[in-house]
Amino acid sequence: MTLDRDLMQTIIKRYPRSRSAIMPLLHYVQSVSGYVTNDGIETISELLEIETAEVSAVATFYTQYKRKPVGEYHVGVCTNTLCAVMGGDAIFAALKDHLGVENDGVTADGKVSLEHIECNAACDYAPVVMANWEFYDNQTVESAKALVDGARAGNPPAPTRGPNRLVTYKEASAVLAGLDDGLAREGVQAGEATLLGLKLSKEGK
Amino acid sequence: MSKLTPVLSAHWDQPDSFTIEAYTRNGGYTASKKALAMDPDAVIQMVKDSGLRGRGGAGFPTGMKWGFIPQGDDKDHYLVVNADESEPGTCKDTPLLMANPHVLIEGCIIACHAIRAKHAFIYIRGEVTHVVRRVNAAIADAYKAGHLGNGIELTLHIGAGAYICGEETALLDSLEGFRGQPRLRPPFPAIAGLYARPTVVNNVESISAVPAIINNGAEWYQSMGTEKSKGATLYSLSGHVNNPGQFEAPLGITLREILELAGGIRNGHKLKFWTPGGSSTPLFTDEHLDTPLDYEGVAAAGSMLGTKALQIFDETTCVVRAVLRWTEFYKHESCGKCTPCREGTWWLVQILRDLENGTGTEADLEKLLDLCDNIMGRSFCALGDGATSPITSSIKYFRDEYIAHVTNGACPFDPVKSTLFAGAVN
Ligand SMILES: Cc1cc2nc3c(=O)[nH]c(=O)nc-3n(C[C@H](O)[C@H](O)[C@H](O)COP(=O)(O)O)c2cc1C
Ligand code: SF4
Ligand code: FES
Repeated sequence: MTLDRDLMQTIIKRYPRSRSAIMPLLHYVQSVSGYVTNDGIETISELLEIETAEVSAVATFYTQYKRKPVGEYHVGVCTNTLCAVMGGDAIFAALKDHLGVENDGVTADGKVSLEHIECNAACDYAPVVMANWEFYDNQTVESAKALVDGARAGNPPAPTRGPNRLVTYKEASAVLAGLDDGLAREGVQAGEATLLGLKLSKEGK
Repeated sequence: MSKLTPVLSAHWDQPDSFTIEAYTRNGGYTASKKALAMDPDAVIQMVKDSGLRGRGGAGFPTGMKWGFIPQGDDKDHYLVVNADESEPGTCKDTPLLMANPHVLIEGCIIACHAIRAKHAFIYIRGEVTHVVRRVNAAIADAYKAGHLGNGIELTLHIGAGAYICGEETALLDSLEGFRGQPRLRPPFPAIAGLYARPTVVNNVESISAVPAIINNGAEWYQSMGTEKSKGATLYSLSGHVNNPGQFEAPLGITLREILELAGGIRNGHKLKFWTPGGSSTPLFTDEHLDTPLDYEGVAAAGSMLGTKALQIFDETTCVVRAVLRWTEFYKHESCGKCTPCREGTWWLVQILRDLENGTGTEADLEKLLDLCDNIMGRSFCALGDGATSPITSSIKYFRDEYIAHVTNGACPFDPVKSTLFAGAVN
């Protein structure tokens, strides 16, 4: 697939100053290529009229921009302290073993990549696993293995708090470029932990 | 009477709570209508009178921050909402935006009117695909309904994984298309913020609190909370408890009270240590169960209210392991701009690794404290200071446990016992 320069121009127009569009443009490049390609960097530099070195400097600063292809399903296991202690370390170790990859590795079939991630703002659902940055809450070693097995077979389970199906890495990257995929109304409004205080207050507690 | 006061969370249990239909049905977009008919200064005064303080960590009075924006200066003004939510333990803005993005949009409209801004930005972290969908769809619906676009523009900016971009000046650099590194202050954002224009940066929860203040009045808001910490707020309980989750309560509630509501520490275990406001706030222990969780109460007990991220750890947890992991996080997230933090966090990790695996020495503890001394207050931004909090506080309360690693030559804990799947002992 090739980069759609007209679409890239509409992203640039969101901002009072064009350079601000660099981050959504990098997400957009990932939505087309699955990672940040040299071609993507050159195109962004042309459109924003800045040096390629400046685009690269930004791309390498942020961990979500990948300089080599990740899997169709990019799986992140939260191993920040709280999730790690609650089981994240065990899940990450089990997935490395199960998939035969190290941190940042991709399975030979290109289906699944694995990394350990930092706190993903879902600690009340620990241990947390993200796939293409969708929430898989309250994970166990078994449920995480089922997630990656499903992903490799082409039918991953749906996220806990997310749309009815798990989108691909490229599809998710398009959402992160600010493009609408029409799935916002799918999925729950909140999980159980989110609603706990409200429920208790309604019970007069 | 319930100790909880759901305001922001009041309608989260409606399955369509995130839609514009639900928000309007529940009385949404009446506050912005009311505020737009008010004099902007009167809106600022009302927020000042309410006593609302920033919910992003530092607790700065929101109305006062708005009042710093110069008026009649013929410059563009900007509102930037900080939705980067990456402080370990913090998990309130993300569920808020998933369940009700419109309350933030309405808050943005009111804040823009007050500070005479025509353009607002929401900077959201990039690792939350579905929340991005929800906020983006809500903005589109608010434009269609005419709430946005008639003098106030709102742009969603999506981050790409960098904790430092939650620091407000790094966030502004990131939003301008640069690497997210903190700026020298002064000038403060109120004078030279986004594109060097007067800018207010506020947390999601701070701005989302505003519509209810406009509708119910400053006095109503004042009636909740404590003397200097007014209102209600989201407390996020996680970790070794029977029922983790979000609890919206008046400022000043205690952990003991929240734990009672949450069914206590997981069965058969007891509280060991906890963070009152994320990993950058010094640890508390069971001595602090009755500390009022407001800005003053937590500070008086030697920590900070921060983001009200209550991460709970029971006696199965090795404090050295926990602190090492947080320290690895700070090292990874250090932006590299200043030496004390960039070099210091690297050394902290080396020493803590030795201590955790049993190859450290007692002298290493002094080295750690010495390093912390050189980072704290000498770093360019608060990330460096925050990195020292878990270390100094854990040594203060659990020095013996560090020493046990040294004398044992290994970690005396079994990590399996801490996991959720190891289960509660019934
Ligand atoms: C390293 C670091 C990370 C931060 N992360 C966040 C964040 O994710 N969200 C946030 O609102 N504030 C964060 N802050 C605080 C902001 O700098 C700023 O104080 C806050 O957004 C102001 O909003 P408030 O007054 O409404 O609290 C962070 C600060 C530091 C030093
Ligand atoms: S304290 Fe750390 S994060 Fe902050 S400016 Fe210095 S190196 Fe960067
Ligand atoms: S520590 Fe894993 S989501 Fe917060």
